Amino acid sequence: MAKITYIENNGTSHTVDVAEGLTVMEGAVQNNIPGIDADCGGGMACATCHVYVKDEWFDKINKKSEGEDDMIDQAYEPKKSSRLSCQIQVSPEIDGLEVHLPGKQI
Amino acid sequence: MIKTDALIIGAGPTGLFTAHQLKLIGLDCEIVDNLDKIGGQCIELYPDKPIYDIPAIPECTGEELTNNLLKQLKPFNIKFHLGERVDELKKDNEKWKVKTSKGTEFETPNVIIAGGVGSFEPRKFSPKECEQFENKTILYSIKDKKIFDGKTVSIFGGGDSALDWALELSKTSKINLIHRRDEFRAAQATVDKVKELSNAGKINLITNSQLKTVSGNGKLEEIEIENDNKETKRLKTDFALGFFGLIMQLGPIANWGLNLNKKTVEVDTEKFETNQKGIYAVGDICNYPGKLKLILSGFHEGALAARACFKLARPNEKYRFEFTTSSKTIKNRLGVKSD
Repeated sequence: MAKITYIENNGTSHTVDVAEGLTVMEGAVQNNIPGIDADCGGGMACATCHVYVKDEWFDKINKKSEGEDDMIDQAYEPKKSSRLSCQIQVSPEIDGLEVHLPGKQI
Repeated sequence: MIKTDALIIGAGPTGLFTAHQLKLIGLDCEIVDNLDKIGGQCIELYPDKPIYDIPAIPECTGEELTNNLLKQLKPFNIKFHLGERVDELKKDNEKWKVKTSKGTEFETPNVIIAGGVGSFEPRKFSPKECEQFENKTILYSIKDKKIFDGKTVSIFGGGDSALDWALELSKTSKINLIHRRDEFRAAQATVDKVKELSNAGKINLITNSQLKTVSGNGKLEEIEIENDNKETKRLKTDFALGFFGLIMQLGPIANWGLNLNKKTVEVDTEKFETNQKGIYAVGDICNYPGKLKLILSGFHEGALAARACFKLARPNEKYRFEFTTSSKTIKNRLGVKSD
Protein backbone atom coordinates (compact mmCIF):
# COMPACT_ATOMS: atom_id res chain seq x y z
CA MET A 1 0.00 0.00 0.00
CA ALA A 2 1.19 3.49 -0.82
CA LYS A 3 -0.38 6.89 -0.35
CA ILE A 4 -0.58 8.67 -3.70
CA THR A 5 -1.62 12.29 -4.07
CA TYR A 6 -3.19 13.42 -7.31
CA ILE A 7 -3.28 17.19 -7.75
CA GLU A 8 -5.73 18.48 -10.31
CA ASN A 9 -4.79 21.38 -12.56
CA ASN A 10 -7.01 23.69 -10.48
CA GLY A 11 -5.11 22.74 -7.34
CA THR A 12 -7.64 20.30 -5.86
CA SER A 13 -5.72 17.53 -4.18
CA HIS A 14 -6.82 13.90 -3.65
CA THR A 15 -4.81 11.53 -1.48
CA VAL A 16 -5.72 7.85 -1.66
CA ASP A 17 -4.25 4.50 -0.65
CA VAL A 18 -3.29 2.44 -3.66
CA ALA A 19 -2.47 -1.25 -3.39
CA GLU A 20 0.95 -2.50 -4.35
CA GLY A 21 1.04 -4.00 -7.83
CA LEU A 22 -1.43 -1.54 -9.29
CA THR A 23 -0.37 1.41 -11.41
CA VAL A 24 -0.82 5.06 -10.53
CA MET A 25 -3.42 5.22 -13.33
CA GLU A 26 -5.42 2.33 -11.83
CA GLY A 27 -5.27 4.01 -8.43
CA ALA A 28 -6.89 7.09 -9.96
CA VAL A 29 -9.56 5.20 -11.91
CA GLN A 30 -10.55 2.99 -8.96
CA ASN A 31 -10.92 6.04 -6.75
CA ASN A 32 -12.82 8.08 -9.37
CA ILE A 33 -10.24 10.83 -9.43
CA PRO A 34 -11.16 13.34 -12.12
CA GLY A 35 -8.60 14.25 -14.74
CA ILE A 36 -7.25 10.80 -15.59
CA ASP A 37 -9.17 9.44 -18.59
CA ALA A 38 -7.17 6.29 -19.38
CA ASP A 39 -9.05 5.69 -22.63
CA CYS A 40 -7.03 2.64 -23.66
CA GLY A 41 -7.13 1.04 -20.23
CA GLY A 42 -3.39 0.88 -19.65
CA GLY A 43 -2.19 -0.43 -23.00
CA MET A 44 0.07 2.55 -23.67
CA ALA A 45 -1.96 3.15 -26.83
CA CYS A 46 -3.15 6.63 -25.89
CA ALA A 47 -1.85 9.47 -23.76
CA THR A 48 -4.90 10.20 -21.62
CA CYS A 49 -3.45 9.20 -18.23
CA HIS A 50 -0.73 11.82 -18.59
CA VAL A 51 0.71 13.28 -15.36
CA TYR A 52 3.62 15.50 -14.34
CA VAL A 53 6.05 14.21 -11.72
CA LYS A 54 8.25 16.74 -9.96
CA ASP A 55 12.03 16.26 -9.82
CA GLU A 56 12.12 14.97 -6.25
CA TRP A 57 9.98 11.99 -7.27
CA PHE A 58 10.92 11.58 -10.91
CA ASP A 59 14.03 9.50 -10.22
CA LYS A 60 12.43 7.45 -7.44
CA ILE A 61 9.66 5.98 -9.57
CA ASN A 62 10.35 3.28 -12.14
CA LYS A 63 11.93 4.46 -15.40
CA LYS A 64 9.94 5.18 -18.55
CA SER A 65 8.83 2.18 -20.57
CA GLU A 66 10.03 1.68 -24.09
CA GLY A 67 7.75 3.70 -26.34
CA GLU A 68 6.32 5.75 -23.48
CA ASP A 69 7.93 8.95 -24.77
CA ASP A 70 6.46 8.27 -28.22
CA MET A 71 3.00 8.39 -26.68
CA ILE A 72 3.87 11.42 -24.52
CA ASP A 73 4.71 13.24 -27.78
CA GLN A 74 0.98 13.01 -28.45
CA ALA A 75 -0.17 14.17 -25.03
CA TYR A 76 -1.66 17.55 -24.16
CA GLU A 77 1.15 19.94 -23.17
CA PRO A 78 3.96 17.46 -22.58
CA LYS A 79 6.89 18.59 -20.42
CA LYS A 80 10.20 17.14 -19.26
CA SER A 81 8.38 15.92 -16.15
CA SER A 82 5.67 14.09 -18.13
CA ARG A 83 4.85 10.45 -17.48
CA LEU A 84 2.00 8.13 -18.39
CA SER A 85 0.53 7.11 -15.05
CA CYS A 86 -0.32 3.63 -16.40
CA GLN A 87 3.42 2.97 -16.55
CA ILE A 88 4.17 3.98 -12.95
CA GLN A 89 4.12 0.94 -10.68
CA VAL A 90 2.90 1.36 -7.12
CA SER A 91 5.18 -0.04 -4.41
CA PRO A 92 5.85 0.87 -0.75
CA GLU A 93 8.94 2.78 -1.90
CA ILE A 94 6.81 5.42 -3.59
CA ASP A 95 4.58 6.01 -0.56
CA GLY A 96 3.81 9.73 -0.56
CA LEU A 97 4.17 10.23 -4.33
CA GLU A 98 2.57 13.36 -5.73
CA VAL A 99 1.50 13.60 -9.35
CA HIS A 100 0.16 16.73 -11.01
CA LEU A 101 -2.55 16.49 -13.64
CA PRO A 102 -2.43 18.47 -16.88
CA GLY A 103 -5.09 21.03 -17.92
CA LYS A 104 -6.86 18.31 -19.86
CA GLN A 105 -6.21 14.89 -21.32
CA ILE A 106 -7.78 15.21 -24.74
CA MET B 1 -31.59 11.34 -48.75
CA ILE B 2 -30.41 7.74 -48.41
CA LYS B 3 -32.98 5.34 -46.97
CA THR B 4 -31.62 2.28 -45.24
CA ASP B 5 -32.75 -0.28 -42.65
CA ALA B 6 -29.84 0.49 -40.37
CA LEU B 7 -26.99 2.98 -40.28
CA ILE B 8 -23.77 1.91 -38.60
CA ILE B 9 -21.46 4.58 -37.18
CA GLY B 10 -17.92 3.21 -37.10
CA ALA B 11 -16.08 0.89 -39.47
CA GLY B 12 -14.00 -0.92 -36.86
CA PRO B 13 -14.27 -4.69 -36.31
CA THR B 14 -17.54 -4.38 -34.37
CA GLY B 15 -19.17 -2.18 -37.02
CA LEU B 16 -18.05 -4.54 -39.79
CA PHE B 17 -19.37 -7.68 -38.12
CA THR B 18 -22.62 -5.93 -37.20
CA ALA B 19 -23.06 -5.14 -40.91
CA HIS B 20 -22.53 -8.82 -41.65
CA GLN B 21 -25.19 -9.82 -39.14
CA LEU B 22 -27.69 -7.30 -40.56
CA LYS B 23 -27.17 -8.48 -44.12
CA LEU B 24 -27.41 -12.11 -43.07
CA ILE B 25 -30.90 -11.56 -41.67
CA GLY B 26 -31.94 -9.67 -44.78
CA LEU B 27 -31.61 -6.05 -43.72
CA ASP B 28 -29.63 -3.48 -45.62
CA CYS B 29 -27.20 -1.08 -44.00
CA GLU B 30 -24.57 1.55 -44.71
CA ILE B 31 -21.50 2.49 -42.69
CA VAL B 32 -20.09 5.93 -41.87
CA ASP B 33 -16.62 6.50 -40.42
CA ASN B 34 -14.72 9.68 -39.65
CA LEU B 35 -11.42 8.07 -40.65
CA ASP B 36 -10.59 7.81 -44.34
CA LYS B 37 -10.00 4.07 -44.04
CA ILE B 38 -11.77 0.96 -42.79
CA GLY B 39 -10.68 -0.80 -39.58
CA GLY B 40 -11.03 1.71 -36.74
CA GLN B 41 -8.56 1.41 -33.85
CA CYS B 42 -7.23 -1.88 -35.33
CA ILE B 43 -5.89 0.02 -38.31
CA GLU B 44 -5.25 3.43 -36.79
CA LEU B 45 -3.61 2.40 -33.53
CA TYR B 46 -2.15 -1.07 -33.93
CA PRO B 47 -2.19 -2.40 -37.53
CA ASP B 48 0.96 -4.49 -36.94
CA LYS B 49 0.37 -5.60 -33.37
CA PRO B 50 -0.76 -9.19 -32.96
CA ILE B 51 -4.09 -9.90 -31.26
CA TYR B 52 -4.32 -13.24 -29.42
CA ASP B 53 -7.90 -13.37 -28.17
CA ILE B 54 -10.16 -13.65 -31.19
CA PRO B 55 -11.98 -17.01 -30.87
CA ALA B 56 -10.58 -19.65 -33.25
CA ILE B 57 -7.88 -17.29 -34.52
CA PRO B 58 -4.78 -17.96 -32.39
CA GLU B 59 -2.95 -14.89 -33.65
CA CYS B 60 -3.63 -12.11 -36.13
CA THR B 61 -2.74 -8.46 -36.57
CA GLY B 62 -5.22 -5.60 -36.57
CA GLU B 63 -4.78 -5.35 -40.31
CA GLU B 64 -5.36 -9.07 -40.90
CA LEU B 65 -8.47 -9.00 -38.73
CA THR B 66 -9.86 -6.07 -40.72
CA ASN B 67 -9.07 -7.73 -44.04
CA ASN B 68 -10.74 -10.97 -42.94
CA LEU B 69 -13.85 -9.15 -41.79
CA LEU B 70 -14.00 -7.38 -45.16
CA LYS B 71 -13.62 -10.74 -46.89
CA GLN B 72 -16.54 -12.04 -44.84
CA LEU B 73 -18.58 -9.03 -46.00
CA LYS B 74 -17.73 -9.59 -49.64
CA PRO B 75 -21.00 -11.31 -50.63
CA PHE B 76 -22.82 -8.19 -49.54
CA ASN B 77 -22.38 -4.94 -51.33
CA ILE B 78 -21.96 -2.57 -48.42
CA LYS B 79 -21.71 1.14 -48.99
CA PHE B 80 -19.07 2.90 -46.87
CA HIS B 81 -19.03 6.65 -46.30
CA LEU B 82 -15.45 7.29 -45.18
CA GLY B 83 -13.97 10.57 -44.00
CA GLU B 84 -17.42 11.65 -42.80
CA ARG B 85 -18.45 12.26 -39.24
CA VAL B 86 -22.05 11.91 -38.16
CA ASP B 87 -22.90 15.35 -36.84
CA GLU B 88 -26.67 15.42 -36.47
CA LEU B 89 -29.23 12.90 -35.41
CA LYS B 90 -32.88 13.88 -35.15
CA LYS B 91 -36.10 11.99 -34.64
CA ASP B 92 -38.62 12.45 -37.43
CA ASN B 93 -41.84 10.50 -36.82
CA GLU B 94 -40.68 6.95 -36.26
CA LYS B 95 -37.44 7.42 -38.21
CA TRP B 96 -34.05 8.89 -37.46
CA LYS B 97 -32.70 11.61 -39.74
CA VAL B 98 -28.93 11.59 -39.81
CA LYS B 99 -26.57 14.14 -41.34
CA THR B 100 -22.80 13.86 -41.77
CA SER B 101 -20.05 16.49 -41.84
CA LYS B 102 -20.05 16.24 -45.63
CA GLY B 103 -23.77 16.79 -45.83
CA THR B 104 -24.80 13.20 -46.63
CA GLU B 105 -28.28 12.55 -45.24
CA PHE B 106 -29.85 9.30 -44.16
CA GLU B 107 -33.30 8.24 -43.05
CA THR B 108 -33.40 5.06 -41.04
CA PRO B 109 -35.35 3.39 -38.23
CA ASN B 110 -32.11 2.07 -36.70
CA VAL B 111 -28.78 3.70 -35.85
CA ILE B 112 -26.05 1.49 -34.45
CA ILE B 113 -23.19 3.35 -32.78
CA ALA B 114 -20.05 1.23 -33.07
CA GLY B 115 -17.81 4.19 -32.45
CA GLY B 116 -15.03 2.74 -30.29
CA VAL B 117 -13.84 5.56 -28.07
CA GLY B 118 -15.29 8.20 -30.33
CA SER B 119 -13.92 9.77 -33.45
CA PHE B 120 -10.27 10.31 -34.19
CA GLU B 121 -9.31 13.97 -34.39
CA PRO B 122 -5.89 15.56 -34.70
CA ARG B 123 -4.28 16.79 -31.48
CA LYS B 124 -4.09 20.56 -31.80
CA PHE B 125 -1.62 23.17 -30.59
CA SER B 126 -2.50 24.20 -27.05
CA PRO B 127 -1.89 28.00 -27.12
CA LYS B 128 -5.29 29.71 -27.46
CA GLU B 129 -3.98 32.22 -30.01
CA CYS B 130 -3.62 29.40 -32.55
CA GLU B 131 -7.39 29.05 -33.03
CA GLN B 132 -7.76 32.20 -35.15
CA PHE B 133 -5.33 30.79 -37.74
CA GLU B 134 -6.53 27.18 -37.73
CA ASN B 135 -7.55 25.70 -41.08
CA LYS B 136 -5.90 28.67 -42.80
CA THR B 137 -2.23 29.02 -41.92
CA ILE B 138 -2.14 26.62 -38.98
CA LEU B 139 -2.90 23.12 -40.21
CA TYR B 140 -3.01 19.56 -38.90
CA SER B 141 -3.17 17.80 -42.26
CA ILE B 142 -2.17 18.67 -45.78
CA LYS B 143 -4.55 18.58 -48.69
CA ASP B 144 -2.64 20.62 -51.27
CA LYS B 145 1.10 20.90 -50.83
CA LYS B 146 1.39 23.58 -53.53
CA ILE B 147 0.24 26.27 -51.10
CA PHE B 148 3.62 25.97 -49.36
CA ASP B 149 5.75 26.66 -52.46
CA GLY B 150 8.40 29.27 -51.67
CA LYS B 151 7.01 29.83 -48.15
CA THR B 152 8.44 29.30 -44.68
CA VAL B 153 6.78 26.36 -42.98
CA SER B 154 7.27 25.45 -39.30
CA ILE B 155 6.51 21.79 -38.69
CA PHE B 156 5.97 20.50 -35.13
CA GLY B 157 6.19 16.83 -34.15
CA GLY B 158 8.56 13.88 -34.04
CA GLY B 159 6.71 11.09 -35.81
CA ASP B 160 6.53 9.89 -39.40
CA SER B 161 4.00 12.50 -40.53
CA ALA B 162 6.10 15.42 -39.26
CA LEU B 163 9.36 14.10 -40.65
CA ASP B 164 7.97 12.88 -43.99
CA TRP B 165 6.39 16.26 -44.64
CA ALA B 166 9.55 18.08 -43.55
CA LEU B 167 11.50 16.09 -46.14
CA GLU B 168 8.91 16.50 -48.86
CA LEU B 169 8.31 20.22 -48.36
CA SER B 170 12.04 21.01 -47.96
CA LYS B 171 12.25 20.66 -51.76
CA THR B 172 10.17 23.77 -52.33
CA SER B 173 9.87 25.57 -48.97
CA LYS B 174 12.00 26.81 -46.11
CA ILE B 175 11.47 24.38 -43.23
CA ASN B 176 11.72 24.71 -39.46
CA LEU B 177 11.25 21.31 -37.82
CA ILE B 178 10.55 21.60 -34.11
CA HIS B 179 10.24 18.70 -31.65
CA ARG B 180 9.88 18.58 -27.87
CA ARG B 181 12.79 16.14 -27.36
CA ASP B 182 15.80 15.00 -29.37
CA GLU B 183 14.55 11.51 -30.15
CA PHE B 184 12.11 10.81 -32.94
CA ARG B 185 9.54 8.08 -33.33
CA ALA B 186 9.74 7.95 -37.13
CA ALA B 187 11.36 5.29 -39.33
CA GLN B 188 15.15 5.32 -38.87
CA ALA B 189 15.83 6.01 -42.56
CA THR B 190 13.60 9.09 -42.39
CA VAL B 191 15.30 10.32 -39.22
CA ASP B 192 18.73 9.86 -40.86
CA LYS B 193 17.64 11.80 -43.91
CA VAL B 194 16.28 14.66 -41.79
CA LYS B 195 19.57 14.86 -39.86
CA GLU B 196 21.48 14.85 -43.14
CA LEU B 197 19.42 17.77 -44.48
CA SER B 198 19.77 19.55 -41.15
CA ASN B 199 23.56 19.23 -41.29
CA ALA B 200 23.51 20.51 -44.86
CA GLY B 201 21.50 23.53 -43.69
CA LYS B 202 18.43 22.58 -45.72
CA ILE B 203 16.15 21.98 -42.73
CA ASN B 204 16.30 24.11 -39.60
CA LEU B 205 16.01 21.38 -36.95
CA ILE B 206 15.18 22.59 -33.44
CA THR B 207 14.81 20.01 -30.67
CA ASN B 208 13.83 20.17 -26.98
CA SER B 209 11.48 23.03 -27.85
CA GLN B 210 7.75 23.59 -28.10
CA LEU B 211 5.37 26.22 -29.37
CA LYS B 212 4.72 28.98 -26.85
CA THR B 213 2.64 31.44 -28.81
CA VAL B 214 1.85 32.68 -32.30
CA SER B 215 1.12 36.10 -33.73
CA GLY B 216 0.09 37.73 -36.97
CA ASN B 217 -2.28 40.20 -38.48
CA GLY B 218 -5.02 38.20 -40.21
CA LYS B 219 -2.54 35.51 -41.15
CA LEU B 220 0.23 33.82 -39.22
CA GLU B 221 3.47 35.82 -39.25
CA GLU B 222 5.54 34.74 -36.30
CA ILE B 223 5.84 31.89 -33.83
CA GLU B 224 7.55 31.90 -30.48
CA ILE B 225 9.08 28.67 -29.26
CA GLU B 226 10.46 27.82 -25.86
CA ASN B 227 13.12 25.25 -25.01
CA ASP B 228 13.51 23.10 -21.88
CA ASN B 229 15.54 25.85 -20.19
CA LYS B 230 12.66 28.30 -20.72
CA GLU B 231 14.60 30.26 -23.32
CA THR B 232 12.40 31.60 -26.06
CA LYS B 233 13.06 32.25 -29.70
CA ARG B 234 10.94 33.97 -32.36
CA LEU B 235 10.74 32.68 -35.91
CA LYS B 236 9.10 34.28 -38.93
CA THR B 237 6.82 31.79 -40.60
CA ASP B 238 3.98 31.62 -43.11
CA PHE B 239 2.54 28.32 -41.93
CA ALA B 240 2.64 26.17 -38.80
CA LEU B 241 1.85 22.46 -39.11
CA GLY B 242 1.18 20.28 -36.07
CA PHE B 243 1.58 16.49 -36.28
CA PHE B 244 0.99 15.24 -32.75
CA GLY B 245 -1.03 12.17 -33.63
CA LEU B 246 -4.74 11.58 -33.20
CA ILE B 247 -6.86 11.82 -30.11
CA MET B 248 -10.21 10.17 -29.62
CA GLN B 249 -13.18 12.34 -28.78
CA LEU B 250 -16.76 11.36 -28.21
CA GLY B 251 -17.66 14.35 -30.39
CA PRO B 252 -21.27 14.96 -31.45
CA ILE B 253 -22.46 11.67 -29.91
CA ALA B 254 -22.48 13.55 -26.60
CA ASN B 255 -25.29 15.79 -27.92
CA TRP B 256 -27.80 13.13 -28.91
CA GLY B 257 -29.60 12.82 -25.59
CA LEU B 258 -28.12 9.43 -24.75
CA ASN B 259 -27.39 8.25 -21.22
CA LEU B 260 -23.64 8.62 -20.95
CA ASN B 261 -21.26 7.20 -18.40
CA LYS B 262 -17.94 9.01 -18.78
CA LYS B 263 -17.17 8.42 -22.47
CA THR B 264 -19.44 5.40 -22.90
CA VAL B 265 -23.11 4.96 -23.74
CA GLU B 266 -25.43 3.01 -21.43
CA VAL B 267 -27.31 0.13 -23.10
CA ASP B 268 -29.45 -2.84 -22.13
CA THR B 269 -28.04 -6.31 -22.69
CA GLU B 270 -30.93 -7.71 -24.71
CA LYS B 271 -30.94 -5.35 -27.68
CA PHE B 272 -27.96 -3.16 -26.85
CA GLU B 273 -30.38 -0.30 -27.20
CA THR B 274 -29.71 3.07 -25.60
CA ASN B 275 -32.34 5.15 -23.80
CA GLN B 276 -33.48 6.27 -27.27
CA LYS B 277 -35.61 3.78 -29.21
CA GLY B 278 -33.85 2.66 -32.39
CA ILE B 279 -30.41 3.81 -31.31
CA TYR B 280 -28.04 1.07 -30.25
CA ALA B 281 -24.44 1.12 -29.05
CA VAL B 282 -22.07 -1.81 -29.48
CA GLY B 283 -18.37 -2.48 -28.97
CA ASP B 284 -16.03 -0.38 -26.85
CA ILE B 285 -18.40 2.57 -26.73
CA CYS B 286 -21.23 0.76 -24.94
CA ASN B 287 -21.48 0.17 -21.25
CA TYR B 288 -23.50 -2.26 -19.09
CA PRO B 289 -22.78 -4.23 -15.93
CA GLY B 290 -19.92 -6.62 -16.68
CA LYS B 291 -18.91 -4.97 -19.96
CA LEU B 292 -15.58 -6.19 -21.32
CA LYS B 293 -13.78 -4.08 -23.90
CA LEU B 294 -12.90 -7.06 -26.07
CA ILE B 295 -13.41 -7.40 -29.81
CA LEU B 296 -15.33 -10.64 -29.24
CA SER B 297 -17.80 -8.82 -26.97
CA GLY B 298 -18.39 -6.33 -29.78
CA PHE B 299 -19.26 -9.19 -32.14
CA HIS B 300 -21.84 -10.57 -29.70
CA GLU B 301 -23.34 -7.15 -29.06
CA GLY B 302 -23.57 -6.44 -32.81
CA ALA B 303 -25.31 -9.75 -33.49
CA LEU B 304 -28.00 -8.99 -30.92
CA ALA B 305 -28.44 -5.35 -31.95
CA ALA B 306 -28.91 -6.52 -35.56
CA ARG B 307 -31.85 -8.75 -34.49
CA ALA B 308 -33.37 -5.84 -32.60
CA CYS B 309 -33.15 -3.73 -35.77
CA PHE B 310 -35.29 -6.25 -37.63
CA LYS B 311 -38.35 -5.39 -35.56
CA LEU B 312 -38.21 -1.69 -36.44
CA ALA B 313 -37.18 -2.16 -40.06
CA ARG B 314 -39.77 -4.88 -40.82
CA PRO B 315 -42.62 -4.21 -38.37
CA ASN B 316 -45.00 -6.50 -40.24
CA GLU B 317 -42.70 -9.49 -40.50
CA LYS B 318 -41.62 -11.94 -37.88
CA TYR B 319 -37.93 -12.57 -37.39
CA ARG B 320 -37.07 -16.26 -37.55
CA PHE B 321 -33.77 -17.51 -36.18
CA GLU B 322 -31.79 -19.55 -38.71
CA PHE B 323 -28.35 -21.16 -38.87
CA THR B 324 -25.94 -20.37 -41.71
CA THR B 325 -25.21 -24.10 -42.00
CA SER B 326 -28.75 -25.03 -42.93
CA SER B 327 -30.78 -22.02 -44.06
CA LYS B 328 -31.47 -21.81 -47.78
CA THR B 329 -32.43 -18.15 -47.50
CA ILE B 330 -29.17 -17.26 -45.82
CA LYS B 331 -27.17 -19.26 -48.35
CA ASN B 332 -28.88 -17.35 -51.13
CA ARG B 333 -27.93 -14.09 -49.47
CA LEU B 334 -24.35 -15.29 -49.17
CA GLY B 335 -24.39 -16.42 -52.81
CA VAL B 336 -23.33 -19.95 -51.94
CA LYS B 337 -24.90 -23.19 -53.15
CA SER B 338 -27.35 -24.95 -50.87
CA ASP B 339 -27.06 -28.72 -50.53
